Amino acid sequence: MRTALCLFVVILGTTGGEVAVTHAMKQIGELHHFSPRSVLSFLARALREKWFWAGIGLLAIGFFSLLDLLSWADVSFAIPATALSFVAGGLGARLLLGEHLTPLRWAGIALVSLGVALVALG
Amino acid sequence: MVSQHSLRLKTIVLLAPIVLFASVGNVLLGKGMKEIGEVQSWSPSALGDWLARAFTNQWVWLGIASLLVFLLSFMVVLSWADYSFVAPVAAVSYGLAPLLSHWWLGEVVTPLRWIGVSIICIGVAMVSRTPARTTE
Repeated sequence: MRTALCLFVVILGTTGGEVAVTHAMKQIGELHHFSPRSVLSFLARALREKWFWAGIGLLAIGFFSLLDLLSWADVSFAIPATALSFVAGGLGARLLLGEHLTPLRWAGIALVSLGVALVALG
Repeated sequence: MVSQHSLRLKTIVLLAPIVLFASVGNVLLGKGMKEIGEVQSWSPSALGDWLARAFTNQWVWLGIASLLVFLLSFMVVLSWADYSFVAPVAAVSYGLAPLLSHWWLGEVVTPLRWIGVSIICIGVAMVSRTPARTTE
């Protein structure tokens, strides 16, 4: 029960955080040049985005829950089990970010989730 | 306008550091947290003590540094690519994590887990065949 609850918080924090960070990055726009100056300027713009900080907050919740989980569960169980977030991530991308998920992409996500379930059972 | 082909190529190239630093970072954190042990009590003083031990562990800091490099690469890729493309393709790291754990931490990885890792890889290959960006 403790593991399931901790895993739920890890998945919710990680997925919600990544969706929020993605939204912030789309607001900033594509990075075209990879010179140190361009990357620093990109980073500075990211730090001024409120969605970026909302994402970091959620990622921090997921991260500290993961730290706790890793202190008693095997890495080879805990890390693959968090991949359940792909299903939540697919839904978040479709509903919140307006991405178009083709049947092939959904099938790939489903296989990733099936693989994760097998890893967790193993 | 960048073609879908070059966009996908650029995305896949930047996914390499994402996969590498996510895997290495998680294994380093796992090693550090195993040294520290689990939280024994949720009282503020016990929790503070546990956090102090976590943040004075070299493996935890190396893990955090790896995960920061991962986060920067992740942010850059997401400035042009779909989250629903990047996240599943980056799941290759879920195959690397058991491999690194097996070699480095001596954890037992069963045949069923290896089958699971193989299926994850097939799923990743399918997602990687879809367009990297579907929004404007």
